[in-house]
Amino acid sequence: MGDQEVRALSGINLEIASGEYVSLMGPSGSGKTTLLNVLGLLDRPNSGRYELDGKDVTDLSEVEQARVRREKIGFVFQSFHLVPRLTAAENIELPLMLAGTAPAERKARVDETLLSFDLLDRARHRPAELSGGQRQRVAIARATILRPTILLADEPTGNLDHRIGAEVMALLEGLHHAGATLILVTHDRELGARAHRRIAMRDGEIVADER
Amino acid sequence: MKLRDTLQLSFNTVASYRTRSLLIVLAMALGVAAVVVLTALGDGARRYVVGKFSSIGTNLIIVLPGRAETAGGFPGAVLAQTPRDLTLEDARFVGQLLQVKRYAPLNVGVAELAAAGRLREVTVLGSTADLLPIRHMNLAQGSFLAQGAEYSAQIILGAKIAQEFFPQGNVIGQRMRLGDRRFLVSGVLAIQGESMGFNSDELVIIPIDHAQALFNTASLFRILVEARSRSDIESAKEAIRDTLKRRHDGEDDVTVITQDAVLATFDRILRALTLGVAGIAAISLAVAGILVMNVMLVAVSQRTAEIGLLKAIGAPSADIRLLFFAEALWLSLAGAALGFVLGQFGSLLIRLAYPQLPAWPPVWASLAGVTIAFVTGILASLLPAARAAQLDPVKALAGR
Repeated sequence: MGDQEVRALSGINLEIASGEYVSLMGPSGSGKTTLLNVLGLLDRPNSGRYELDGKDVTDLSEVEQARVRREKIGFVFQSFHLVPRLTAAENIELPLMLAGTAPAERKARVDETLLSFDLLDRARHRPAELSGGQRQRVAIARATILRPTILLADEPTGNLDHRIGAEVMALLEGLHHAGATLILVTHDRELGARAHRRIAMRDGEIVADER
Repeated sequence: MKLRDTLQLSFNTVASYRTRSLLIVLAMALGVAAVVVLTALGDGARRYVVGKFSSIGTNLIIVLPGRAETAGGFPGAVLAQTPRDLTLEDARFVGQLLQVKRYAPLNVGVAELAAAGRLREVTVLGSTADLLPIRHMNLAQGSFLAQGAEYSAQIILGAKIAQEFFPQGNVIGQRMRLGDRRFLVSGVLAIQGESMGFNSDELVIIPIDHAQALFNTASLFRILVEARSRSDIESAKEAIRDTLKRRHDGEDDVTVITQDAVLATFDRILRALTLGVAGIAAISLAVAGILVMNVMLVAVSQRTAEIGLLKAIGAPSADIRLLFFAEALWLSLAGAALGFVLGQFGSLLIRLAYPQLPAWPPVWASLAGVTIAFVTGILASLLPAARAAQLDPVKALAGR
């Protein structure tokens, strides 16, 4: 507003260990999504440092940041963000394509992923022909096909009904049990309470950090 | 991202926006086709005119009495004021020059032709046996003026004259009266139509001596000269001028024009015309380019969220720029190819509709059309592709 600076985040001092299950909660505008974007290298802080796997990634070049996103980070969005023109299999294949993987290997890995996410019979369907739960499964499959160490989920069940939402959460928690760091943004208290570490935010600041 | 994948992914995108892509391709194709068809028309007209001129003879040099320093006038018009006439003797000297393959003196007049109870005025050419090969004329029947038989009273009829006087055929050997003299028909010209102001279907040809006697003149209207080769034309021209100057007591009182010079002028004019027309057609390609840019910009704003997603899953800006660039490449490629085919087809239709017009699109025009389509399409995609690449991923994901 005017020349008054809006601080989306301030005074954040946070350390997340590898393999943790963290929920970020807070009202809208509290900065939880912004924090998630910074963790996912989609947003750059104006000041401060961000170390990932012991390496300072704050000032990496655009190309290097894209590479880190590709290799270490998997995003899961509330609105799935599937490419409507591509089939489920092609959507899942996208990160492999961006990584420059050879077509034969791509096909093997996509098939394997389709199988483990129970999507084999939906492989040739476009997003419009899939149910909400199936779409989110495709999106999670896409986020994890390059086996990232960090999963960033922004309201992953926000567009799903309770039963399907529970299925998706079970899927994400399963990936966490397999070793991934899971960071979940939600304003659903019940959902947030499932995490081993619960961080509450308000006005861009961390107000609680419970384990 | 591998180039092959970029091309494939962008091809899928182009193919899935069917209507949109089809319209752009059509706009591009029409531009390219316009360039191809219009240059085919222009070049066809050039070939037609040049062909008409060439058909009056090869390596032709025309000698006219009188000096025409003022360009543009018809030199024959100064015949009356000419100080010295061109004579048959002049023509024979010209014919002996080394660079000259053959020559034909020419006299022209109008006389009354009568036979079989019919009567009409005709244009009369007086010449020799070599007129036929020099002017590339053909006989439909009979024989032309016999070599060395200039004194025998033969007459060659134009196709239409023969048809008018002897509709039942059987023309050869018929007697005809031309002016106050009697002639024997020895040949009929093949139908040729009009060229250089003469309609060879409506004239008659008699030996030069008879023509001079008939019109009571010792002077010639022209001497038609065929040089031995194209490279001899210039030196033949000089030699003819020198010879006649010597014979005319050192006075330079003849005009020597070459068919080559006339041809070159027409060639130049019509080439310029073709280029101009091609330029106008190329403007439509630029318009198509702007259309591509517009559509690509719309595509970028429609697919903002998708671009954000690509960035989130690890696509660097360069990959995104290439993706949009490749889309424009496919559209231009399809447009150029379709336009080329349409252009060739259009030219074919013109050739079928007007068989006498050799409307073949010149290779340079087809190449230029396709190249311009390509370049405009690619240039037009630069701005949208850069805009897509520069999108902020957070805002793009939120669809802003």
